[in-house]
Parts: sequence; C-alpha cells; structure tokens
Amino acid sequence: MTTINIEHASRWFGNVVAVNDVTMTVGPGVTGLLGPNGAGKSTLINMMAGFLAPSNGSVTLDGDTIWRNESIYRQVGIVPEREGMYDFLTGLDFVVANAELHGLGKKAAQKALATVEMEYAQDRKIATYSKGMRQRVKMASALVHEPSVLLLDEPFNGMDPRQRMQLMELLRRMGDSGRTVLFSSHILEEVEQLASHIEVIVAGRHAASGDFRKIRRLMTDRPHRYLVRSSDDRVLAAALIADPSTAGIEVDVTEGALRIQAVDFGRFTELLPRVAREHSIRLLTVSPSDESLESVFSYLVAA
Amino acid sequence: MYHPTVARLTYRALLGRRRAAVLLILPALLILIAMAVRAFNGVDDQIASDVLGGFALATMIPLIGVIAGTGAIGPEIDDGSIVYLLAKPVTRPSIIFTKLIVAISVTMVFSAVPTFIAGMILNGNGQQIAVSYTIAALVASIAYSALFLLLGTVSRHAVVIGLVYALVWETLFGSLVAGARTLSVQQWSLAVAEKTSGEGMIASDVGLPAAVVLLVGVTVAATWYAGRKLRTLTLAGEE
Repeated sequence: MTTINIEHASRWFGNVVAVNDVTMTVGPGVTGLLGPNGAGKSTLINMMAGFLAPSNGSVTLDGDTIWRNESIYRQVGIVPEREGMYDFLTGLDFVVANAELHGLGKKAAQKALATVEMEYAQDRKIATYSKGMRQRVKMASALVHEPSVLLLDEPFNGMDPRQRMQLMELLRRMGDSGRTVLFSSHILEEVEQLASHIEVIVAGRHAASGDFRKIRRLMTDRPHRYLVRSSDDRVLAAALIADPSTAGIEVDVTEGALRIQAVDFGRFTELLPRVAREHSIRLLTVSPSDESLESVFSYLVAA
Repeated sequence: MYHPTVARLTYRALLGRRRAAVLLILPALLILIAMAVRAFNGVDDQIASDVLGGFALATMIPLIGVIAGTGAIGPEIDDGSIVYLLAKPVTRPSIIFTKLIVAISVTMVFSAVPTFIAGMILNGNGQQIAVSYTIAALVASIAYSALFLLLGTVSRHAVVIGLVYALVWETLFGSLVAGARTLSVQQWSLAVAEKTSGEGMIASDVGLPAAVVLLVGVTVAATWYAGRKLRTLTLAGEE
C-alpha cells in the first residue's frame, strides 16, 4: 500500500501560479489526473516525481518528503512526457541501463521489455522508433524495478488506437494488482475508460475528485445551454419556463431562436420533446451551445 | 561514488561520431603544426616551448575541456533525458562525480596524448619540454573538466560561456592584464610544468604552492557546487 499525499501544495514560477493550494491523496488503483492543457497537471506530476519543489505545502510518499529524496525512486517509476531518451542506444541497452541504475541486471530489463511487448524491436536504435514504440520503451524503463507507484505524464499522446488499448490494459492490470498508478490526460473519454478515480485540475486548482460517475454527473448537472429553433418559439418558451428544469430563456430575435439554460439535464431532455408534442410545435434545431471541454471544466472550478 | 552505468552512458554520448570528430580536429592540427615547424626550423627548444605553450596549452586544451566538460551533462539536461538518471536511487553528487571522471579522462586523452606526441616531434623531449607540457596538460584537464562540467550543469548557454572564457579570458585577456593571469587554469598548470622543465624554458606568473592550492580548490569547489545544483535541478515541463 503506497500512497502519495499532497497537502496544500502550491507552485509558482515567478509571477505565474501553476498549482494553487492543491490537497489530494493518490492511493492504490488507477487514478486519472484530468484537466485542460496548461492546467498545471505536469507541474503537479513533477512535484510528485521529485523534480520540482513545492513553493508551499508538502508532497509526501507514505509520509516521507519526496523532494530531494533519491530513495523514493526505489518505489516510484516515472514515464515523462518529454521525448529525450538517449536516442543513440538500442531499446535493450536503454532499459538495461535503467535496470543497472536500480542495481538490477539484464534479466529485469528483459522482463520489462516483454511486459510492454517490445522485444521484437529491442535491438534497434531508439532513434528509429515511432512515438508509440518510444512510449512503450519509456514504460519498460519505469517498470524495470517493479515499482509500487507509477507516474505517467500524458502517456497516450501520439499513440494509435491499438497502442492506446494495449497501454490501457497494462495500466489496468497494474492498478488491479494493488499498485498506485497515476496518469494525466486532457481527454475525458480516456480518463473515464481507464481510471477508477479521477482528480480534476483546472487553472492550477483542484476542481473535483471522485469516481467517474460522480465526475460525469458533475459535468452533466451543470447548467446546459441550448439553441432551439421551432415553429413557434414564444409558445414553446412559455411552456418550458413553467418547469423547474429550465432556469432561463432568451428570445434571440436576430437569430430567430431561443437560448435556453437548463439546470436539470436529465429532466430537461425529457421535457423538451414532450412540451413540443403537447403544443403541436415542430422543433427545427436543438443544439447544445457550450459543449467544449473548457466550459465543462470552468463550470467545475466554479462549483 | 563512481557509477559505471552513468559513466557508460556519458562516454557513449561524448564519443558519438560527430563529437569525437570535433574532438580530433584540434589535436590533429597540433601535430600538423609540430611537423611543419620541425621540417622548416629543425630542432629548437624555445620554439618547441612556444608552440606547446601558445597553441596546445593556451588554446587546444581549454577548447577540448569545453567540449568534454559541458558535453558530459549539458545535452542531457537540454533534451530532458537526464530524468532517467535523476529518477533513480543514485545520489546526485555521485552522478556529477562520475561525469567528472569521464570528462577528465576524455580531456586528458584528447589533449595530453597529442601534446606529448607534438613535443616529441618538435624536439624529442629536449629540456624535458614534451614531458613538462604533458604534465601541464594532465593537470589542466582536471581543472577545466570540473569548471566546464559545472557550467554545463547551471547554464543552457554553457558552450558559449565556456568558449568566451577559454578564448577571451585565458588567451586574450590573460596576455594583456597581469591580474587575470593569476586567475587562469593555464598559468596554474604552467607553474606545475615549470618545475619539471629545463631552466628558463617555461615560466608562470603563479608560484607552485599557490597554483596547487588554486587547482585543487577550484576542482573541488566546482564539483561540489555542481552536485548541489543537480540536487535542486528543476525540470520545468514545457507547459
């Protein structure tokens, strides 16, 4: 049982606050760190990996401070986002070197390469690898000492769907075996497929925490905005506003449409077609107007 | 302290094809000059000393020191691959110490060996000139490697700063301003060479005790500080 504890951690670079007073606990199983690009996910992972000191607060591994503590790497494996990785070595040489730095030998390296299914290309230079192959060799280098904690920064970036499935399967297995696996991503579907627990970071702040159902609900329960065109906008508006699932309606004369703000997503989606039928109104357009991830995230921050 | 895996990775990075070629240019030039001087002037102890002091010690060795010292760590910090060394239960000072040993041995091989060969060509070690400058080259290799390894650890512009130091400070400034010569690796190593050479052949502005203290002091301080800087090296992401 290995747990990373982040308590009131902040990190700023000059005047820019990258991580702002974040408190979270990352325990066994797969945790997804979700947030838009530039939210501070990498900064947070770098603090957990011992590559950055928190400007404030603490980041610990089973109670031990991580910063300036090389001994934590016996338990932690890291898959960095950056590509630099001794391109002049072969995949095997690279993983063997990583094993040796842990005081292990070629056997451990071969095992790790087998785990990521890279044995077939292990004698080629890393310079010749595709992005997905590099990612897998990075994984092997992080798994070589069978760490109880695995930290991955945007591991699915640039992978094709098949490689993505393989890596997800591998991470899921590691989580099921009781290891603490944390990966970052800016794609909700990725996180939802893999992580049993999700931490959401937006603009450096810890916006939400929970299992994916809870996060989904938070995301679907937020006020939804719709643009609706119908055969009789004003009658429709009057009927909809009578129901508590609708918080506001604007009649946009220039667009010839209604701008509707719904607060109860489930109820509203059921209400709209029913009201239209009852009043014999034809719905011409129903489109969500703010489904971008950024708007979803910014709602979570405000909540 | 010495980690063979770190050393192997550093050697392979330093002696990759392109870098090794760059490291070979200056020694080849030195030997060429020595052969030309010998062919045109015959054996002359003073000229031999001038060539080895003026080109080998003043220009070639600091440049090789820059390439080997900064090259032992700078590129890894630049491209982020240093992560794979840092994320290991290996102490940061032992990473620096190992890289220092590698940088020193590379600088020694590419500077002391050609210096000795050139000295033998020039005057067949008359007045102990070849041996004395070889000793100076070995001593200078240690101090330059430590200095430029530190530079490679703390700055992304290590090569430029190193070149400015090697060419402007050691070569140009040192010959114009007397004070600058006291603070020059070249003068310190000359002080050591002075003791082993024939009378009046090699002169240094620094006394031997002061030179030894400064050489050891700079090497130890630079290495200690580089280890310290590596412990707090922050790998800011690309965010």
